[in-house]
Amino acid sequence: MTPLVPLRTGRGPAGAAAAVCLGLAVAVHALQEHRWPAPNLDHPELLYLRSPAVARRVVLDYDAVSADVYWIRALQHFGAERLSPPEHVRNYALLYPLLDLTTTLDPYFSIAYRFGAIYLGEPYPGGPGRPDLSIALLQKGIAAQSTKWQYAMDLGFVYYWHLRDYKTAAATFQKASELPSAPSWLRPLAAVTLAEGGHRGASRALWQQLAQSEEPWLRDSAQLRLAQLDAMDTIEALQARVKAFRDARPGEPVTWRRLIESRLLTGIPLDSSGTPFALDAATGAITVERESKLFPLPGQIQAPQ
Amino acid sequence: MTAIRSVAVAVFRESVRDRVFYNLVVFAVLLVAASILIGQLTAGQDVKIIKDLGLAATSLFGLFIAVFVGITLVSKEVERRSVYPLFAKPMRRAEFVLGKYAGLLLTLFANMVVMTAAIYAVLFFLSRGVPANIQAAWDAPAMDPALLKAIALIYLNLAVVTAVALFFSTYSSPMLSAVFTLGVYVAGQFSADLKHFDVIVDAPAAIAVAKACYYVLPDFAKFDVKLAVVHGIPVSGAYLASTAAYAAMYIAALLFGAVMIFSRRDFK
Repeated sequence: MTPLVPLRTGRGPAGAAAAVCLGLAVAVHALQEHRWPAPNLDHPELLYLRSPAVARRVVLDYDAVSADVYWIRALQHFGAERLSPPEHVRNYALLYPLLDLTTTLDPYFSIAYRFGAIYLGEPYPGGPGRPDLSIALLQKGIAAQSTKWQYAMDLGFVYYWHLRDYKTAAATFQKASELPSAPSWLRPLAAVTLAEGGHRGASRALWQQLAQSEEPWLRDSAQLRLAQLDAMDTIEALQARVKAFRDARPGEPVTWRRLIESRLLTGIPLDSSGTPFALDAATGAITVERESKLFPLPGQIQAPQ
Repeated sequence: MTAIRSVAVAVFRESVRDRVFYNLVVFAVLLVAASILIGQLTAGQDVKIIKDLGLAATSLFGLFIAVFVGITLVSKEVERRSVYPLFAKPMRRAEFVLGKYAGLLLTLFANMVVMTAAIYAVLFFLSRGVPANIQAAWDAPAMDPALLKAIALIYLNLAVVTAVALFFSTYSSPMLSAVFTLGVYVAGQFSADLKHFDVIVDAPAAIAVAKACYYVLPDFAKFDVKLAVVHGIPVSGAYLASTAAYAAMYIAALLFGAVMIFSRRDFK
């Protein structure tokens, strides 16, 4: 009887051949990249789907996970623009559409509304400087969850901080304080806002509350604002010394060294990030340096037209 | 009953043999990879996103199994002619169809039990060591038992899809059955648009057809409570019960239809 010969499947050599061919394809691809590099163009970010109503239908019942994808894209877009090198003209054009898509697909996505409230209104270069879009997003959130006091508080914040409309801000804080589970500090905040308007003390009270938030990014943003407010206090005090110097020596350029020599200061003043303040010798104007973590102070930079 | 059970067990074993459960490996890799990666990408939303991703993947993987296994349940047996020896046995055609359906439901159930365990395991590891004040700010706790409500409704959704696939599978080719089943599934997602068709169209006949489709087509939107559960919005027991009743009625209608068609088919 002829012995049975095991059937050869040829799986081993075929697998090796497949791996070699794939390796060669990768090598040719890499070689081409090296030999004919693609032109280094500035690729604008694309957003294929802009209509939230269409997006809601296209994603079928995968709306929550699609909202997460748009949320991550919004963070990536904002982070990439905000951290881009100074020579890059920052463009936050996709921030609102991405947050709008996120909140249409998931109307309860609180963090997306709150993130938009803080950063859409942020002036250039920290944000697009569009408080109107912050308000639109928050109104959408309030329509979805009318009892959420956080949205009403954020709305008051936008009126207060970005639009300097203290009357509307106070009324909005008041409304927020009347919502269920609203914290007790909201009512006094409404009163302080109405009484002190644009005073730095009211701003500080508002940011101190936001600095208590559970969201790390909101806490960081509030800490930065508080440090900026401290810097503005310091600048005000320093400005008085500069004025005293210029009154005593009219027409003489003013520098930190001259102020120290005149015993108006004991050393070069530093901001909370450890960077010396910038002093314009001709005008005597003081601000934070571009290298400072506190740069820019509110109103220090105008958006490119 | 014994015949139904035998067919169901055979379908389950065949699913194991056909490596249907390999999807669980992909699912596990997806969840674990996501849990590692998203922490750096989501500004503190990792627990929410893992819940969303886990529920969406459970639904999507289940849908693929329900459609692509469901459409071959009956037609494959007919094409292979393996249905003839079966009918030589003391088994009614209705038992054959019901057994096939029960077998695929069993496969889906086993699949979903493992997926649910994987979701909870990843959520447990993600929430471990998170301070209580941060956890208090979440819409719902990480190990929220309410997730089971969403998973139960996903299962009912898949049970309806399986019934649709089986219904088409009794008289149509696998390719056409897949097209029809996916068509019904997609149309069932747009029930709200069908209901409010009169807002965009002014033709009474078209509105009547759209209204009829709204009531006749399965309303798959009913089974989607994923958003509510992830955000800690309560889903009442009454809602779950009424949706289960709706699913049961719809499945019964489809199975009766499938049995009727299959019983009348001539296999000579």
